[in-house]
Parts: sequence; C-alpha cells; structure tokens
Amino acid sequence: MALVPLGIAFGLLVVQAGLAWWWAPLFSIFIYAGSLEFLAIGLIVAMTPLAQIALATVLVNFRHVFYALSFPLQAVRGRAAKTYSMYALTDEAYALAHHVPAAERSTARILWMQLQCQGYWVLGGILGALLGTALPTIPRGMDFALTALFTVLTIDAFRVTRDVPSPILALLSALIALVVAPDQMLVVAMGLFVVALTARFLLGRRAGRRAGRRPGGVSAAGTAVEEGTRA
Amino acid sequence: MPSAGYVLAALTTIFVITFALRALPFAVLEPLRASPYIAFLSRYMPVGIMLILVVYTLRTVPLTSGWHGLPEAVALAVTIGLHLWRRNALVSILVGTGTYVVLVNTVMATAA
Repeated sequence: MALVPLGIAFGLLVVQAGLAWWWAPLFSIFIYAGSLEFLAIGLIVAMTPLAQIALATVLVNFRHVFYALSFPLQAVRGRAAKTYSMYALTDEAYALAHHVPAAERSTARILWMQLQCQGYWVLGGILGALLGTALPTIPRGMDFALTALFTVLTIDAFRVTRDVPSPILALLSALIALVVAPDQMLVVAMGLFVVALTARFLLGRRAGRRAGRRPGGVSAAGTAVEEGTRA
Repeated sequence: MPSAGYVLAALTTIFVITFALRALPFAVLEPLRASPYIAFLSRYMPVGIMLILVVYTLRTVPLTSGWHGLPEAVALAVTIGLHLWRRNALVSILVGTGTYVVLVNTVMATAA
C-alpha cells in the first residue's frame, strides 16, 4: 500500500520539525488529509494564529467539496458508516472508490477500503516518527513522496477515461493560478478548472444540438459529448 | 516550540473544517446526482484535480536558482516512466521518492 512509505515520510517530517513522535498519529486522526497534514506541520511549528490555519484548511481542502459530486456514498448504508465514510473521504479514498467496479460497491467494500487507507497511513506515520526519533539526521527530500503519489493518481485517473482535453485544461488552470494567485494557487486552479469543464460541457451540448439531435435532448447531448471527446 | 494545548486547538480547527467540507456537500448535492452535468464532471474532473495537486506540490521548486528544478524533473520522469511501465503505485512512489532523496542529498545538493 502506497500510503505506508508516504506515512513514513510524514512521520519523519513531524519529528524533523521538533514535535514528539506521538503527534504523528494524532495529526492523522484529527486532520486525516495528507497534503494538509504536511502543510500543518509547518503552520503549527510557526505558531500560526488559528484563524489563519482555518483559512488555509478551507483553501487546501476545498477540493473535497467537489469529491461529493461523484463519491459513491449512496452505496454506504447506516448513519455511523456514512459519517466515517465522509470523514475519511481523502484524495486517495476518492480515487480508489472509482477503482471499485460499480456493481461491487457495498458498505463493507468501501468502508474496508477507507479503514485500510487510514490504518496504513497512521501506521506509516508512527513508523516514520519512531524512525526519525532513532535516526541522528533525517534525509532531505522525503516530501517528494506526496508529488509522486499525486503523479501516480493522475496517471491512474487518466487510464480510466483516456481523455486528453481535461488534463490539459487542468494544467492550464494550474499554471494560470500559479501566476495570478500563487498564495491561493490550489483553490484558484481548481475553480478555474471547474469553470473550464463547465464551458466544455455547455459547448458539447450545443454542438450536439447543432448536429441535428433531438432538440433539447439533454441525454442525447451528453452522448454527443462522450463521442466527441473519444474521437 | 508550540504548547500541546495550541497544537490540539489547531488540530481541532482543521478537523471541524475538513469534516464540514467533506460532509456538507453530500446533503446539498444528493438530489443533483441524476444530472448529466454532474455525470460529466464526475467523469472528467478526477484526472485534472490530481494533476493540479501535482503542480501544487511542485509550486515551490526554484526554477531560476540552484539546480533549476532538475532533481524534481528527473524524479518525476522516473515516477512517470516506472508507473507507465510497471503500473505498481508503491514501486513508482518508492523509487521516485528514493531517486529524489538521493539526488538532493548527493550530486544535486544545495546549501540549505
């Protein structure tokens, strides 16, 4: 499971920042959002005011609002199960849920996947923090694990759709956001990307109508978009 | 060094906001799931969101000084190449990160 080495990197960085080793599992239970946990180490060690930490949380984790659009929560039954499922809706859980074939999505299958994710992540964090306590110095560059993780998830997500325009729009959104709003890059980039996708959806629907499909037929337009992007 | 009370307060702040961001949209969006627009977004959004996160993690790479992002580029190429070849997430991440750690601590070390 890829989350163990990443958790080890996280645990190492917790200790490197000067925090006690047992903060690593507490971060992973309270925050449980990989990239924000890495970011939180720096914010907390710098004694950042809570209001600023709150704003950073909204900005960095705002993408989770979009995950609700397509995460198969309807397959999870029971109040407690749904609550855990929403709490543990990380980038990895979101991506992995799409790896589970729609017919096999059940409460047990999705919860087990999410529990495994958090288990591996917490365990890795503890291992890394203990390792960091034992090591005389911690090597630089461990944080690249996060880049590598998202790179792998990008490739896996691409394999599902084989769609080229979406990653290009995302890359453009990211680059524009880097130039225009480097401090709020993540939220600006994701906002731009959703706007671009919306424009693409509307253009595809109009093209579908012009091609002489049933006027106003929303489902027909949706099919046209699919065909147009596969060609 | 921050006090345990401050760290706990910070963690609680992050916990409440993160849970709200993850849970509230479900209450609002449940009726929207049948919409073709939502279906379109759910199909084409994930790859882009992940790619934006890649760029986000690389946003502080110094392109105009030091090694001009060369160690990041090499490690990224190793990660992508391995993943296209072996399709094993753990191997891709481990070797990619290992490559980066070795590079920035040896041949491409900068005075930090």
